[in-house]
Amino acid sequence: MTTTQLINKQTLSTTALFGLLVMTAFLCMQCGACSIPVSAIVKTISAHLFSYPDLDSLERLHNTIVWNIRLPRTLLAVVVGVCLATAGTVFQGCFKNPLVEPYVLGISSGAAFGASLGIVFPSFFLSVQVLAFVFGFMAVAMAYTMARVRGQTPVVTLILAGVITGSIFSAFVGIIKYVAQDTALREIVFWLMGGFYYAGWRDLAILVPIALPCFVIIWLSGWRINVISMGDQEAQSLGINPEATKLLLITLATLMTAAAVSSVGIIAWVGLMMPHATRMITGPDHRIVIPVAGILGAIYLIVCDTLARTLTNAEIPIGIITSILGAPYLFFLIRSKGQRVFGG
Amino acid sequence: MLTIDTLNFSYTNKPVLDNISFSLTRGELCGLFGPNGCGKTTLFKCCLKFLTGYTGTIAINGMDIKTIKTREMAKLVAYVPQDHKPPFPYLVKEMVLMGRTPHLNPMSVPKARDMEKAEQALSTLGIAHLRDQPYDLLSGGQRQMVLIARAIAQETRLIFLDEPTSALDFKNQLEIWKTLRAIADQGITILACSHDPNHVAWFCDTTVVLNDNEVAATGSPATVLCQEMMDTIYQGSCQVRDLEDIKMILPKGVTHKQPTPREIMA
Repeated sequence: MTTTQLINKQTLSTTALFGLLVMTAFLCMQCGACSIPVSAIVKTISAHLFSYPDLDSLERLHNTIVWNIRLPRTLLAVVVGVCLATAGTVFQGCFKNPLVEPYVLGISSGAAFGASLGIVFPSFFLSVQVLAFVFGFMAVAMAYTMARVRGQTPVVTLILAGVITGSIFSAFVGIIKYVAQDTALREIVFWLMGGFYYAGWRDLAILVPIALPCFVIIWLSGWRINVISMGDQEAQSLGINPEATKLLLITLATLMTAAAVSSVGIIAWVGLMMPHATRMITGPDHRIVIPVAGILGAIYLIVCDTLARTLTNAEIPIGIITSILGAPYLFFLIRSKGQRVFGG
Repeated sequence: MLTIDTLNFSYTNKPVLDNISFSLTRGELCGLFGPNGCGKTTLFKCCLKFLTGYTGTIAINGMDIKTIKTREMAKLVAYVPQDHKPPFPYLVKEMVLMGRTPHLNPMSVPKARDMEKAEQALSTLGIAHLRDQPYDLLSGGQRQMVLIARAIAQETRLIFLDEPTSALDFKNQLEIWKTLRAIADQGITILACSHDPNHVAWFCDTTVVLNDNEVAATGSPATVLCQEMMDTIYQGSCQVRDLEDIKMILPKGVTHKQPTPREIMA
């Protein structure tokens, strides 16, 4: 098979999955307390983007629900899904381990601490979102600094350092929960389980400028991630500086994860599961795994979020749904594919 | 091609390499040989820049490797590691294609030309039929062949192999050495470390014997691998025999085996 054929095949499957993503998005936007037909959704979006048909011709209720609530919420699910799945792929590739997830370096605990700070002390000069982002990033930076010895960052040391920073920040979150008022405590618990409750265009305006460039650079580095996953020495003998490349990739993946976590809380499983699911479809070449994992992550989160807001009258935190759906899937993977998927 | 001059290296006060000097010429197949713990692996790591902090000079094509950047270095030297399984089930063609990495622009992906080079490397080693197989499901011998094909696709003038035959059956060991011989005959310099003195004697042009962190001898295997040298490095546990014009290194005792009582009775 020549490269052109290979790329064509890859482009084809990526395009097909992208089509599936768009379809899922429209189908899910229909659902909710007020059911809206797809035609009305298309009309609303077209009216806003292309001024056709005229905005005034729209039903006001549909307009508000679609443009101000469901569309930004769906788009946010897409971006967060892409962020978590891409970051998961990067971490698994860089750590040569198919079992790590984006939160492995303590980012979730750091972000949780930042968010709880913001919730308990609302007068703090930074918002909950910014605090979560800053502390999430800081946790990873701490882990990386701790693990770095004589210019080298061995994977095992790095993961242990992640466990250490993670547990320190979890303890801090514990302290804050302990001293928090009831309402603040409730809010912290909800934040920890993740959710798109307050999703709006503002979140997208913050998230997209961080996520998009990171995603593009990571996608372009797909081939280098393949080489890095061979191990440091082999990567170096193949002409890639393993330390510098890993530092760059981990920084980008951390930025994406921190941005996603800070806007919607901690959503588990996406970053661990999507790379696996993707490798089963596309094989392990990261040039194709990265975009496909991103798309699958987006589809998964849209579906989970739709379930979260439609299953019951109240809204279920999405972290619960992703875990309940994700765990059996991983079980299925272990039983059916066994060692092939998990290395070893 | 490769010149090592008064190389010294120590891990926190424990000297591992002591005044190592030798050089390799173009198209030479050199066996690096010595007992466990003699510093072979460390020497490899220094030559490939995995370890820095040594004193002395290592030069490739007359250039000190300290001045060569990682990417440029990978165009000069290829490294064939010991057989290992990667964490993901890459296909054989993808593994070999990775050898093209130093020839790519940093953000780019392999092009049709790189695919051709990878295919050529697979054909050179006679494993083109394995192209679409997952690398991790191959046998040890096949995996070693794939790693050598990757080094060929890298198109370097110098290849380092770390115990290329350590986990292989006898036939595969010979296959690998014959392959290395053929590669060296095309003008590529090879430094392979090995634990088997016979392999060095049968296939290599030259050998460098390391013992106690020093170079014990360099030169052609026919002269270097003598009884005296074997006694020095293996403390008298083997003997050297000449079988027509081929050297055989045998464990002491097997040829002077006393007949057992049962054999005498018969």
